[in-house]
Amino acid sequence: MSVAIPEFDESSVDISSLDFSDLEEKYNVKAPTLIDNCVIVDGAPIAPESKGPILKKVLTKLFSSCGKIEELYLPIENGKTLGYLVIRYSNFNEASKAISSLNGKKLDVSHRLLVNKLTDIDEYVLSGKISDEFKEPEFPEFKEIGHLNSWLLDSKFRDQFLINFNQSVGVYWYRKNLENEPVIEPRTQWTSTFMKWSPKGKYLFSMFPQGVQSWGGPEFTRIHRHLHPGVRLIDFSPNEKFLVTLSPEPIMDPMELREELRKDYPFKSEDIGKKLVIWDISIGLPVKTFALPPNLENATRMPWPLIKWSFDDKYCARQGPDAIAIYETENDFQLLDKKLVKVDEIQDFEFSPSGVKLASNGKKDAQLETVLSYWTPESDNQSAKVSVMQIPNKNVLRTIPLVQVKDIKLNWHETGKYLCCNVTRHTKSKKTFFSNLHIFQLFEKDIPVDKIELQDLILNFKWEPRSNKFVTISKIDKGELSQTNIGAESNTTTFFDVEEVKVGGSSLKKWVPLTSISNSFNDISWAPQGRFVILTSFGLPSTQLKFFDVEFDGEKPKDQNKKVQSNLKLLATHDYAGLCELQWESSGRFVSAVSSTWKTKVNNGFTIYDCVGHILKEEQIGNFKEFQWRPRPESLLTSNDKKRVRKNLKEYAAQFEESDTMDTNAALRVLILKRKELLSEWNEYRSETLTKLNALNLLHHAENIENETIETIKEVVLEETDEVVE
Amino acid sequence: MSNKLMRPIVLKGHERPLTQVKFNREGDLIFSSAKDYQVCLWYSSNGERLGTYDGHKGSVWSVDIDLSTNYLITASADFSGKLWKAETGECIYTWNFEAPVKRVEYSPDCKYVLFVTDQVMGKLGKIQIFNIDFTKSEQESKPILEIVNEGDATTKPTIATWSYAGKYILVGHADGGISKYDSKTGELLEHSTPFKKTVTDIQTSSDRTYFIASSKDQTAKLFDVDSWKLLKEFESESPVNAACITPVKDYIILGGGQDAREVTTTSGGEGKFDAKIFHKIFQDEIGRVKGHFGPLNCIAIHPEGSSFVSGGEDGYIRLHHLPKSYFDFQYEVEKTAEALQHQNKDQVETSA
Repeated sequence: MSVAIPEFDESSVDISSLDFSDLEEKYNVKAPTLIDNCVIVDGAPIAPESKGPILKKVLTKLFSSCGKIEELYLPIENGKTLGYLVIRYSNFNEASKAISSLNGKKLDVSHRLLVNKLTDIDEYVLSGKISDEFKEPEFPEFKEIGHLNSWLLDSKFRDQFLINFNQSVGVYWYRKNLENEPVIEPRTQWTSTFMKWSPKGKYLFSMFPQGVQSWGGPEFTRIHRHLHPGVRLIDFSPNEKFLVTLSPEPIMDPMELREELRKDYPFKSEDIGKKLVIWDISIGLPVKTFALPPNLENATRMPWPLIKWSFDDKYCARQGPDAIAIYETENDFQLLDKKLVKVDEIQDFEFSPSGVKLASNGKKDAQLETVLSYWTPESDNQSAKVSVMQIPNKNVLRTIPLVQVKDIKLNWHETGKYLCCNVTRHTKSKKTFFSNLHIFQLFEKDIPVDKIELQDLILNFKWEPRSNKFVTISKIDKGELSQTNIGAESNTTTFFDVEEVKVGGSSLKKWVPLTSISNSFNDISWAPQGRFVILTSFGLPSTQLKFFDVEFDGEKPKDQNKKVQSNLKLLATHDYAGLCELQWESSGRFVSAVSSTWKTKVNNGFTIYDCVGHILKEEQIGNFKEFQWRPRPESLLTSNDKKRVRKNLKEYAAQFEESDTMDTNAALRVLILKRKELLSEWNEYRSETLTKLNALNLLHHAENIENETIETIKEVVLEETDEVVE
Repeated sequence: MSNKLMRPIVLKGHERPLTQVKFNREGDLIFSSAKDYQVCLWYSSNGERLGTYDGHKGSVWSVDIDLSTNYLITASADFSGKLWKAETGECIYTWNFEAPVKRVEYSPDCKYVLFVTDQVMGKLGKIQIFNIDFTKSEQESKPILEIVNEGDATTKPTIATWSYAGKYILVGHADGGISKYDSKTGELLEHSTPFKKTVTDIQTSSDRTYFIASSKDQTAKLFDVDSWKLLKEFESESPVNAACITPVKDYIILGGGQDAREVTTTSGGEGKFDAKIFHKIFQDEIGRVKGHFGPLNCIAIHPEGSSFVSGGEDGYIRLHHLPKSYFDFQYEVEKTAEALQHQNKDQVETSA
């Protein structure tokens, strides 16, 4: 069946009857007139007539930098210049250039030039569109969102976690042995893809097609909308001051947006076409935009993060071809010293994750320095190099040359104390690869570098976050043949620790293996506070989690290196199907294994273990996407406080155990409350009695009785034998 | 001595049931009295016997030692009380009574002594208080105060002790009653009958402001001296013959068991001759010490709470140095309270 559509006959329309005036007005291109070539300059000095020519000469010189000046009109009234002038350029472009480059130019300390199109005066001032009166901008009303860190004040000091499943996102309190307690009602449509906590847990970010939104406070109220259409990737500065977003869609000209959208659009004309944005999280506005480097413009796989941060958020840096661009965040994101740091053929760089106490600074409480490391590959006459540079003075503190290098991975220790360069080297034949480790000791005098030569190729390397131990996973590289039978291949996991070697009067650190284990694991996950480590494999349908303790308090097996302090003990082994991610809670007490529907359809959900590998909670949730512990800021306790806590650990534990018991068992809860009451009743009774006795002056019999311990030793003859001495 | 296991020391010296055991003030010596007419003196550290006090011609019912461990005082079924030099075993003085003497005790300042005499052979049960003066060997034979039982034999006093500062005399009666008398005037200040059967023991806390009374009705109860209020109750499954309040830890120890004559009627070994440790505040039983093969007649705790002795119907004294677990044991709520206190103290310190 078909419906006859009457054909549209163009000729039947009488064009002359249509009113095109609106379109004509919109697309009418006015021929540039002479007046369009003119700019009006305001803010020039007011000088006596006699100085007029000199002023004219100075200004002519300045403005000629933008183009050919056809005419310069400096009006003079009552023997004085008026502080403004009109300049006519030879064409429109030159006028525009003058406006963009010289507007706001400081002539001297007290004179700042304002350069505008002469036609603008017509359009905005004379037409009355803009009134002369200052209109106070409207400030958005202050929204009370509550304390952003209020969740840290939980009376039971519990942790929060977020789960994203089935179109909804929920935030819960983690409770041992109990159902999760929701912090807020799970919200549907909260995010279009993923959610992210800021690095110290203050904010929660959700994604939506038009940008990113930040949430916080006890009720997770919206704080800001960071409009960045098409945003895909986000990242943060370590102290959660700045947010970085990347969108494949270039930023549009705000003038092309509809009026109502333009009002909230945070970008300006200079941001047009850029894709990478840095935002100030607290005010919710962009502070810097970048275009993508040309080599990444059409890349399918984006290295991320593109912007790396110093530990204190003071500097951020981007890698460019043959250079690093370092920006000062406190100085309006200007380039450090206004120029790039030239490093030919730079391959990769990393900031140290914490401030570095350089020995060269002397003093014990030396300030924390920002340090970054980078490496360059071999070239014709040059060996490959790893260098460590201090910021902001760009001193290169140490460089090591390397040969036969294929790749280098820079692994900073969390504390900034060590930098391990995992160097992949090729044999002379270039057919197989093996690894060397070079460890920089940043806190030591002259930054010594310890070298560990291995036959294996290191596949994975992880520092223990708090001490100088590390774990590697490696295998013998047999060339291409080995690629055929990956499943049967076994990797070697090696635990390293430091042996102090005395050389003369000083002791040197030397990294030596504690022990090696042969297995098929490919991933290492240290607890954030160290000591416990989980070995596992990702990307397999089914895998194992092995929990290890590297400081086991017990007898050390014979096959472990006696010279180092570590003592390795396998604590637990669990099978896990569909493992996608391991997430440690920031205190290192809990770890969750996650199976996400984004990567696998097997066993979607999560399991929470404690640090020694006991299963605490298992949940299988259909269409489960992500699990995230809420990060915590660093502890404010001093090391003395921590010592005291450790000393009285039993007492503290008692309190928590009590509240755990009360939570789990209602009957026990009643009993405990009853006992509490009895105890306080009794203590009250006793203190009353003691006050009474004290009033009667009867407490004196608590005087000290002197005790004398008398030890008596009794000797008993057990046996007597006579021996005749020759 | 191991800290983990408690190894009792069995003191063998008496041939008949024990009637009372007592530590001296420093706790290094133990005095014991028994129905074999003897009083023995022991080292508390190792249970070695130092000597005996011989002279009574009947069961010795009760014994007490003064604060300086110089003068021992005893009460006997031979109608007498005797004062001894503790060091030499020499009898310095003898009080004669018209009835068997069941209990003797120095006042806290050791200036007075009380005797409880039995209500038998037509004599009324009495509590008599005498002045005592260690500087003289001759003591006053006349009591300065006499509290006479006004009812019949069922209400006779069985046990008596001094309150804080020697202000009151706390008395247990055969009918399960307890009373408080003014120690200067003999005036009856309080009387109640919290027990169904005879009161077997009354021992005070170390500051003598509250006391525990035990009874044949299988219970022991804690009372405040001033308010006469019942503070706590403890239930045993057999008659309680002795009870004491432990210093340092908030426990009480009860001793007792089926009466000897009833033991044969209960199933073998089920005499329940244990010392039972209860939590004083929460009233739960938290431990038992086995060992005696007859009922426990008396119990005493070391003044610093580090050991306790029990005397049994079986003629043995068992001395227990308390193990670490005894001191470490805490209820969760106690731990929590202690931790809080610590924290508060820490905070006060840091803020100071």
